[in-house]
Amino acid sequence: MNQRGEKLSPKRQDGNSGPRTHLPSESSASLLRELVAHLRQNRSQLRQEWARRIREAQLLTAMTEEEVFAEATSVYDNYVEALETGTFEALQAYARNLSERIIPRGVETHEVVGIVLLLRDVLARSLFTKYQEDVEKLNRILDVYEPAANRIANTVAVGFVEERERIIREQQAAIRELSTPVLQVRERLLILPIIGLIDPQRARQLTEQLLRGIRSNRARVVVIDITGVAALDSAVANHLVQTVEASRLLGATVIVTGLSPEIAQTLVTIGVDLGKMNTVGDLQGGIEEAERLLGYKVVPFADAPPAA
Amino acid sequence: MEVPILKQHEFLIATVQAALSDADLTLLRDALVERVGKFRSRGVIVDVTALDVMDSFASRTLRDLAHMIRLRGAETVIVGIQPEVAFAMVQLGLNLEGVATALDLEEGLAFLDRRARKSIGQRSRET
Repeated sequence: MNQRGEKLSPKRQDGNSGPRTHLPSESSASLLRELVAHLRQNRSQLRQEWARRIREAQLLTAMTEEEVFAEATSVYDNYVEALETGTFEALQAYARNLSERIIPRGVETHEVVGIVLLLRDVLARSLFTKYQEDVEKLNRILDVYEPAANRIANTVAVGFVEERERIIREQQAAIRELSTPVLQVRERLLILPIIGLIDPQRARQLTEQLLRGIRSNRARVVVIDITGVAALDSAVANHLVQTVEASRLLGATVIVTGLSPEIAQTLVTIGVDLGKMNTVGDLQGGIEEAERLLGYKVVPFADAPPAA
Repeated sequence: MEVPILKQHEFLIATVQAALSDADLTLLRDALVERVGKFRSRGVIVDVTALDVMDSFASRTLRDLAHMIRLRGAETVIVGIQPEVAFAMVQLGLNLEGVATALDLEEGLAFLDRRARKSIGQRSRET
């Protein structure tokens, strides 16, 4: 049951193309066998034809000719195997493995989809040539071939895109981990340097870390430095205002430093209410202001009053 | 649940120990406003460390309380708002405008002390 179910499933997925439902499944299984035998027989010739077409279409330019040929060979074998068994797990695993290897080389999505579609075309064309005498049979062979081939193309493309998304997610997580240090520079004084782009998720995380930091360090003044932020939009600016207010509810004063002229202009243009925010030009000024609020006074040794 | 109000020298300390109903909050407000006059207190501390929710009625009542006590000649400081509560409050637009806040009881007392010194300083300068 298992085998038949798997064999039929690609058909059901693609059920809207072509009149093949009248075919008894027995004969479609034998057609598939014939098809696979044909592809095995002409393996080296079709593979070469495919590699030629890949070069012609200028796909996979990041890889050398030998590499393309080696990959083409294993893709071809996996392809035929998937056709034969009707199971896609092996192909899926292979697609993922392939993506892992070629994404760092700069291979693009359209190239991967392109080569799989090319293989489909090459194989279809060889079927045309083989069965050109017998149009009826050609039709039935194509009925078996097309849905399976489409599903293979789908599987490979999806595998590639999923791998890519996985990498992107991992990198995002890594950036988030690195990006929000809350540092104590003096008793009761925290600084929070923000660098890079702030999206709503990161803004939320920043706020949470800051509020937790205020509590655990018993901070009374916080300096948020946004020198490293290139641009703010209104959502993030409002979030910043909310962070300032939430910190105040915990009893901490917030000083925002390092607003670039562009950001200042943006904030004024979009009309964010900054009345409640302490802003100081640069981080140094911010720390000095914070020290003043905390009652510290930094003096050079020479001017210091002699210790009592 | 009624909130106990302790007198500590010239300050009053009200420590909220469980979630409060609207009626409890109103009672607390009225009791504090009355006792500030009775004990001639200079400052009031409301400790809300135990609260894990602060709705609009609660924050409005606390704000009113602070303003009323200021009119009665004393300072109010709200202490112990939890980080999550603080963030939820500002998202709802409840930012206790014009009300002093501090991290915890100790900080609140320090704040009121500073305030008291300052106003004494002002008075001595004036005379």
